Amino acid sequence: MLEPAVQISSLYKSYYRDSLEIPVLRNINLEIPAGAFVALMGPSGSGKSTLLNLLAGIDQPTSGSLKVAGEEVSRLSERDLAKWRARHIGFIFQFYNLLPVLTAYENVELPLLLTHLSKKERKEHVETALSIVGLADRMKHYPRQLSGGQEQRVAIARAIVSDPSLILADEPTGDLDKQSAEDILHLLSRLNEEYGKTIIMVTHDPRAADKAKTIRHLDKGELT
Amino acid sequence: MKVFRLIYKNAFRHKLRTFLTVLGLALAVMAFGLIRTFITAWYSGAEAAAPDRLVTRNAVSIIFTLPISYKEQILKIDGVKDVTYAAWFGGIYVDPKNFFPQYAVDQSNFFTLFPEFILPPEQFEEFKEERKAVIVGRRLADRFGWKIGDPITLIGTIYPGDWDFVIRGVYTGRDVNTDETAFIMRFDYLDEVMRRDSPGRAGQIGWYALKIDDPNRSAEIAKQVDARFKNSLAETLTETEKEFQLSFIQMSSAIILGLRIVSFLIIGVILLVLANTMAMTARERISEHAFMRTLGFRGYHLVGLILGESFFMAILGGLIGTALLAVVGNLVGIALSQFFPGFAPDTVAYLLCIGTALLVGLGASIFPIQRALRIKIVDGLRVVD
Repeated sequence: MLEPAVQISSLYKSYYRDSLEIPVLRNINLEIPAGAFVALMGPSGSGKSTLLNLLAGIDQPTSGSLKVAGEEVSRLSERDLAKWRARHIGFIFQFYNLLPVLTAYENVELPLLLTHLSKKERKEHVETALSIVGLADRMKHYPRQLSGGQEQRVAIARAIVSDPSLILADEPTGDLDKQSAEDILHLLSRLNEEYGKTIIMVTHDPRAADKAKTIRHLDKGELT
Repeated sequence: MKVFRLIYKNAFRHKLRTFLTVLGLALAVMAFGLIRTFITAWYSGAEAAAPDRLVTRNAVSIIFTLPISYKEQILKIDGVKDVTYAAWFGGIYVDPKNFFPQYAVDQSNFFTLFPEFILPPEQFEEFKEERKAVIVGRRLADRFGWKIGDPITLIGTIYPGDWDFVIRGVYTGRDVNTDETAFIMRFDYLDEVMRRDSPGRAGQIGWYALKIDDPNRSAEIAKQVDARFKNSLAETLTETEKEFQLSFIQMSSAIILGLRIVSFLIIGVILLVLANTMAMTARERISEHAFMRTLGFRGYHLVGLILGESFFMAILGGLIGTALLAVVGNLVGIALSQFFPGFAPDTVAYLLCIGTALLVGLGASIFPIQRALRIKIVDGLRVVD
């Protein structure tokens, strides 16, 4: 039996504003099997993005257990977290976060610079990733020369180029028109179904959530 | 894609800003280099001083004279090989703006004690034979278009009257920093007129130059000379030629200090220019740096990117500034050749410029690096460009 991609138990997260404690996530218990496509929904301030950040290891829980890709994330040092993220996590942002001075090819290649792959191997990986997202003919284009949908596809190619086990998407269609959003959601479904990627997507959009296999709701920091 | 390529691309992300920053750096580096060259030129006279020469002057001040009769007494002091003397003439050639140094010297041995003034032997012989003969420096002759045989009249200020001379020789400098702007006349001509018109001022020279046999004994010999004239009407102060030159420079120490301060202020300005650019850059890239960290890039990667970009601009500005210094410095040298013979940026000035640029590159990146490393990834990602 496959190990779950995510195991969360009794997870709490709170922030402090001056001396005032503001709880963001309360007693989260969640298990996501490998190969799942989960949509996290909820109103603004419900803790969706915070949960995504915790799963990505870019934020630390206040208490509780958070196991991602077989690793207890909260116990990893800053250095190990960086390595772990590079190996296991692909992140897709609402605003793409492409480097404007790099071409589509170079943006996708960026995560591979942290690996020991040769230039030739990196080229193969980048070309494959860009082919999967349908942008093999846009490799030399800069972000400003691409549409919003194409930019997000480059961002998806960058997220999958190092073959991570878990893809985290934070409002991936939030900045796109309807057609482009459809294309991106279709692409994510393909990545899940054809390539077996585990995807956790935070979204406000019910139509986007419908593409996921599972929908979980967060309200006031609690899973409902 | 390599990291250097990313640094290069980042540096030119805002082309106008980078251009203006590099231009500002280049001009400031050039100005810094010019000031350092100016200070070096100011001290070049002292640097050109011979270690085996002492200067004896009136202990009260250089503007007071010494009796010519001291020469024979100084020559008797152990360690003194030869003695010559000179007096500042301070005349006007046509217009007071036409300043150049004028000395009345002991024609018998002045050029022997100052071998850095190279004079053809036949011209030296003519100088010794004709009372009104003068020797002028090559730059001075070029400045006024003088040639051998030309009559020259100076209007005396310290020594009143119209003074007629004939150019009998043109000397050149042995070293780069040898002054080629002097007008050298015979002291006996001056003294002859003084005996006739102002007998009280006759037989008075400005200073003695002593050739000593061992530079290591300079302090001891200087003491002996001054002791010889202790309690006389004109007590002496003897020092090495370098100390003598430096005492002149001391008179303008406030200017030099001012220039030094300005040169350090320029470094501060360069630092602020680049630091401002780097701070703007780092602020604009907060989310980008945070995002790179989500990919697995670590703090030292960001340090490399920010430091690399800062160094890139600093080195580019430094190199352009150094190139400008070479061109402008030499042009300024030509323009100021009458006042600062040998004014030209030297290797030290160039190295200082490059070194300063590197230090500025390092200094300007400190705060942006601190900021990039201090900010949490989640906070950085919240920042929208």
